[in-house]
Amino acid sequence: MTQSRKSFDVMRQIDENLRRVYREVDTQDVPDRFKILLDKLREQEKPQSGSLE
Amino acid sequence: MTVHPDPRDELVQHLPALRAFAMSLTRNSAGADDLVQDTIEKAWKNIGSFTPGTNLRAWLFTIQRNAFYSSRRKVKREVEDIDGVMAGAMSEKPAHDGRLAMNDFRKAFEKLPDEQREALILVGGEGFAYEEAAQMCGVAVGTIKSRANRGRKRLAQLLHLAEGEDPTISDANTVSGMAQARHIA
Repeated sequence: MTQSRKSFDVMRQIDENLRRVYREVDTQDVPDRFKILLDKLREQEKPQSGSLE
Repeated sequence: MTVHPDPRDELVQHLPALRAFAMSLTRNSAGADDLVQDTIEKAWKNIGSFTPGTNLRAWLFTIQRNAFYSSRRKVKREVEDIDGVMAGAMSEKPAHDGRLAMNDFRKAFEKLPDEQREALILVGGEGFAYEEAAQMCGVAVGTIKSRANRGRKRLAQLLHLAEGEDPTISDANTVSGMAQARHIA
């Protein structure tokens, strides 16, 4: 009884901590290199026949 | 006229999650960002194989984990350059009110085998359904569940939270089958 209750609490604590660890990275600022990368990829995609202007 | 916007415009929104997933896979901050870069490039090139209206994040995570395991196979070396990115780089308030000490938790997490870390991050961290995680990893739902459960138990052990637990949790199953998932690129 107490055993399974305890183990339930432990598992819940573990899941909570998992979310916290994950969220720490998930909420960090993304380094500029990725924005630069996306700009570069978009640049390379420039529509050949496009008349965007 | 498309109903769905260009998914490439949405990539940027998934970068933080991709980095979080990459760090949990590589446990190395430089390696993590290289992996994310690789993922973005592959996703961009293969965007045509993404089905609009489906889960873009799940698609990106699938690409990322395939990229991770295939580069691991290529390099053919165990991850030794673990810099404890989750444990070290992010200092935080010390634990209080009965919560686990976060730093101990991160250190323990980084010790888990790949497939357990992955299952726990996908399901416990990111909040994918077991079914989604199973699909991403190319394994059965039950496999993901048991990996996640073994991971939780192992964490409890490493953190000395589970006195009554059987100390012999088998980690014998290795990743053999799961990296077989189809490759993008």
